[in-house]
Order: sequence, then C-alpha cells, then structure tokens
Amino acid sequence: MTPSTDPRKALAALFAALLAATTVALADDVQDASKLLKSGQHQQALERVNKVLAAKPKDAQARFLKGLIFAEQGNTREATEIFLGLTKDYPDLPEPYNNLAVIYASQGQYDKARGSLEQSIRTHPSYATAYENLGDVYAKLASQAYDKALQIDSANPVAKNKLALVRELVGGAAPAKSAAIAVAAAKEPVKAPVVVAAADPKPATDKPVAAKAGSAEVVDVVNAWAKAWSAKNVEAYLAFYAKDFKTPGGEARADWEKARRQRISAPKSIAVTVESAKVSVAGDDRASVTFRQGYRSDVIKSTTTTKTLLLARTDGRWLIQQERVGN
Amino acid sequence: MDMRRAWPRLAAAALLVVACGARAAGPEKALSGVLEAIEANRLDLATQRVETLLAAHPNFRLAHLIRGDLLFARARPLETFGNVPKTVPREKVEELRAEALLRLRALRDRPNGDRLPRYLLQLHAEQKHALVVDSRRSRLYVFENVGGRPHFVADYYVTLGKNGVEKTREGDQKTPIGVYHVTGNLPRQKLTDFYGAGAFPINYPNAWDRRLGRNGYGIWLHGTPSDTYSRPPRASDGCIVLANADLEAIGRTVQIGLTPVIIADEVDWTDGAALEAERKALAGAIESWRADWESRDTGKYLGHYAARFHSGEQDLADWSEHKRKVNGAKSWIKLAVSRVSMLQYPRENFVVVSFDQDYRSSNLSNAMRKRQYWIREDGRWRILYEGGG
Repeated sequence: MTPSTDPRKALAALFAALLAATTVALADDVQDASKLLKSGQHQQALERVNKVLAAKPKDAQARFLKGLIFAEQGNTREATEIFLGLTKDYPDLPEPYNNLAVIYASQGQYDKARGSLEQSIRTHPSYATAYENLGDVYAKLASQAYDKALQIDSANPVAKNKLALVRELVGGAAPAKSAAIAVAAAKEPVKAPVVVAAADPKPATDKPVAAKAGSAEVVDVVNAWAKAWSAKNVEAYLAFYAKDFKTPGGEARADWEKARRQRISAPKSIAVTVESAKVSVAGDDRASVTFRQGYRSDVIKSTTTTKTLLLARTDGRWLIQQERVGN
Repeated sequence: MDMRRAWPRLAAAALLVVACGARAAGPEKALSGVLEAIEANRLDLATQRVETLLAAHPNFRLAHLIRGDLLFARARPLETFGNVPKTVPREKVEELRAEALLRLRALRDRPNGDRLPRYLLQLHAEQKHALVVDSRRSRLYVFENVGGRPHFVADYYVTLGKNGVEKTREGDQKTPIGVYHVTGNLPRQKLTDFYGAGAFPINYPNAWDRRLGRNGYGIWLHGTPSDTYSRPPRASDGCIVLANADLEAIGRTVQIGLTPVIIADEVDWTDGAALEAERKALAGAIESWRADWESRDTGKYLGHYAARFHSGEQDLADWSEHKRKVNGAKSWIKLAVSRVSMLQYPRENFVVVSFDQDYRSSNLSNAMRKRQYWIREDGRWRILYEGGG
C-alpha cells in the first residue's frame, strides 16, 4: 500500500469488490434456478430463488423467476401477487405485465389482460410476445362479443390459444442488479416505430449459397417495403409492387392503389415491423417470404398478422406479386 | 392489412348511409355514429361509441356483433361483417346484417317536413295519434293528430312475421296488411316474458279481411323478452314486435278502440297539399251523401253507392229495395255526422271512413258509430261497404 492511497477510496473499492462477488454468486443461483425450472424441478428452483431473495428481497430477476415458478405450478394467486409487485417496483419492465396478462386471461379476465398487455407494450413498444398475446386477447374478447350477438356458445378456435408466458427478463444475461435491469429496459425501446427486421438466422433451407444471397436480398426488400409504409411514403411503397401484382380482392389495380393510398395517408403515423422472416427462394427470380407483421398507427393500437409475400425478380429488382394474410 | 379493411368498406358502401340533418334519436343515430367512426378509420372512437351504445342497451345483439368485429380487427384481419367462426350458421349473421341495413336506411329515410303517409286523410278530434307500419323498412311511424292532420313525432324499428306480410291464413306467420285499430292493452304482468313490456292487440281480421275469407287471430303489437333488445326483421308469427322501451313509448300514445294502426307493405308517401286535396274531395262526397239522405230523395241517395256495394248479406239491389221502402214511409229525416276519420286502405283503392251517425226521423231515431268504405268509381267517390263501426 502506497502512502498516496486514499484510505476511503480503498475501502470503497473493497466494498465494490465484495458486492460484485455476492452479485455474481447470486446471479449464478438465479441461473441455476432458471435451469431447474426449465427441467421441471419446481421445488428445487423455488429453493434457489428463495435463497437469492433472502439476501436481496428486491431482486427483479429472482422475483420474476419466482412468479414464473408459481405460475407454472398453477398457483395463480401468488404468481399474480409477485408480478403485480414487480409492475409496481419496476413499472418500466414489460415482462411482468405480460405474464400478469397471461394469468388474467387464463382466468377469463380478458379486459384486465388487455389492460396489462397494453401497459407491457407501452413500456416496450416493439415487444412481440405482448403483441401476439394482445392479439389473442382481442380475438377472445371478439369471440365473447359474437357469442352475445348470436346467443351461442361459440367454439372460436382462436380462443383456445393459450397466451405465452415470457420466461426471461430483458437483459437477463447481465448480472442480476435489479436497478440496472430496470434502467436498461427503460432505455432500450424508446425508438418506437422502427423496423425491427431480421432474417431467420437459419433460413430453414439447405439451398446453395446463391439462394442464400437471394434470401438476404429479399429480406432487405421486405424491410425497405415496411420502411416506406411506415414513412407513409405511398409512392415508394407502391413501387414495391409488380405491374402484374395480383390484388387481394381481385379488384382493378387502380382501385387497389387508390384504396392503399387512402389507407396509408389516413393515419397520422404508421409503424410496420417485420419479424421472424422466413425466405424460400425458387430459382433465381422467385421468392416467398413469410413473417410476423406488426402494425400500429395512431388509430389502430396494434395488430400482428402473419404475412406472406410472393416476389419475382424483374430487371434485377425484387417486386411483390402477391400479398397474403394468414398462414 | 388489406382484408382488415374489407368490412369497413362494406360498411361504408352498404350499411352507412349518413343521415344528413335527420333529427334522429335512439339507437340508429348511435349505430350510424359507430359506422361513421369506422369509415373514418377511427377504430378507437368506434369502439368507444359501440360501448356507449351497449351500456344503454346491453342486449343489443347487433351492437355486440359490431363490437366483436372491432375487437377482432385488432387480432386478425377481418373478412366480412360479423366475422364469426365459420361454424356459426350464416343466417344468424345475415339477420343482424339485415337489421343493421334496415335501421340505417330508416335513419336516412326518416320522414321530415312535408312528407306524410297517404293513408292519414283525417283523424277525428279524439284520436290523438296514429301508427303506420312500413313492412319493407321494418319501421313503425307515430303521427300526432294536430287539428285533424298528421304530424310526424317518432319512428321505431319493428320485427314482423317470419313469412312477411299479407296474412290470409291462421298459422301462416305473416303480418296482415290493412287498416286496423288497437283493441286492448295487455300489461306485462298478465303475459309471459316473451312479450316483454306488454301487448296491444289489433282487430285483425277486420270486416274487409273477413269478406275476403281471411282468418287467424292474435295479431298484437308487443315487446321483446328481457334478454333481447331487438329481434331480427322477420322473426315473429305475424305480430309487430318493438323494443320494450319503444313499446312503452307508444303505449303512452295508444288509446284503446281509437288509435289506428295502418300496416302497409311499403308506405305510400305524399305531401300535405295532395293529402288535403284528397281529404276535401272525399269530405265533399260524404256531405253530399248525408244531405241526399236527409232530403229523402232515395234515387239521389242511392247514387252514392257503388255497383259492387255490400253490407253484410245485402248487395246493392237488396239495399236499394230496403232503403226505398224505409225512406218512403218517412215525412222527415235529420242526419248529423261527427267525429269523422278517413283512412286510406293500403294496397286497396278505398278509404275507411268512420263517424258518429246521429239519425232522427219522423218514425225512428238512433245514434251509432258507422263505418263505410269509400271507393273512387268512374271518377266519383262511392260507397263500397257500410256497416256498424
């Protein structure tokens, strides 16, 4: 120890080191608990999590995991309590809202589920799971409304879809320093209407290299298409469609274009996202791409649909020949 | 994204008929507001409006259907109006779609200003209101008697017979066409829940129906069951069904034995001037008949009767013979006619005229309510039928 060393600084460093050590140890416990939960060992997972919580009762990761364990065990009351607590302590985290919504939906409380999912999306506007869950909740609410309209007990197939629990907090890889997570989560998503597009890392095909290049190109085109749409740049958007584009309702091209112009210019803002794009290329000049399309505007809160575009390469450009909604 | 717009476009084209300047109240206005919001691509506003409508009428199935579509549009692309699962019988949705169209058309076609049904030539002073049903529009219009002339006050959506109109036989599940009046008031307590807020029977079959051999009975205006705001346009066994609140509203205007209920296939509208001209012409003919009877000039008197005249079992020859005999024995006749109502019969070319007849003569006096059917024959008004009212 040199005389120049400030004892207070040294002390601070020592504390920091100690703290880091504990944090790392606890993070390991959380990860172990997570693994145990995945392998179905709920009781052991719970013990690990409780151990973490004994040391750090506020820890977001551990609490989240505990909520998940209870949810999986069907202990909805306790799970609800934990997720609710998390939404109060960490209002910027989208995952607890989502999981809370899943529980509400499982209890048939679709209005509450909707509210919770909307919160989740508000905190994290590009949160795909919440969008999908919200879609399912809307479908269920619609089905209830239809039942009332027609006085039937419908067996709406979409209603049977179980909503998806989120299993990890955003930034879950980082050490379980709860405050940091909350901040990270809050910082990340603010650029709401961005095009979040990514090609499937494994394009599900064993096509030759040339085809792979083609699939990357197609994804670029789809992203650019979504970007033009989001920017409400109608001319650029329409330029993505081939001359022989097959209009969805079989209407005349001019009518379709007119309708599109209206639809795209009506809202003040539009955000279209492209996720989980799967491309299959046939030959050099034909491709089909299926993706989850997120759409939101100032008039429509949000919808997610599966969309398929059939494209053809004309004069070196990929152009849309068909556009289909649904699988 | 494209298909999701499909039904709003449908709504715009087929359903939404903006009711400019209609001083409308009731669910049609609210419904139209919902569709206007959809058309303007303001789905949040549309949802909010449909929820307000449902708060007022929780059993309004059509509103639930539209709310279902608005919710569904957020989840999946819509394919049609009433985007219910394919397993649901399509007729169920079609019924609600028909109701939507009828309600919105009624809003567009609401009578205003100088638009009056041709039927209401004259109401007498005690008849405060008249009800006119347009079966094609599934609509009941209420007119107030203002100095003998009709004045439009309200209109309501109605459900009619499963098999449409022109009832002829018992069990044909059709609603009669004709001029009727309310004959009674059956309060809610005396009925099952099926009839809702109550019932007002009408006098089907009337004299004309019976002459044509039509039968059946029990045609009522009544309400809806407690779990139902409104029924599809064609769903009753021939009765005229209104939402309970609407039945209660007309219940406040109905006078037993007095209030006319005119049921038409499609209401024949005219204007005040044409109605007045027709009324004057007929009033003149009635006055001339009265004066000729009083004059004891039986030839002139009988000139008011049509060749096809009948009264009960009597035809024109029987009637003429009887009148010549009776009138010949009198030294004087005094005839007063009051409380005259004149109602054009839908689908027929005669007018139902009812009045109090105060008859005095040298050897007989009597007062009665009389009913005559007046028909235009060779350009002249003549009596087709005469009997007790």
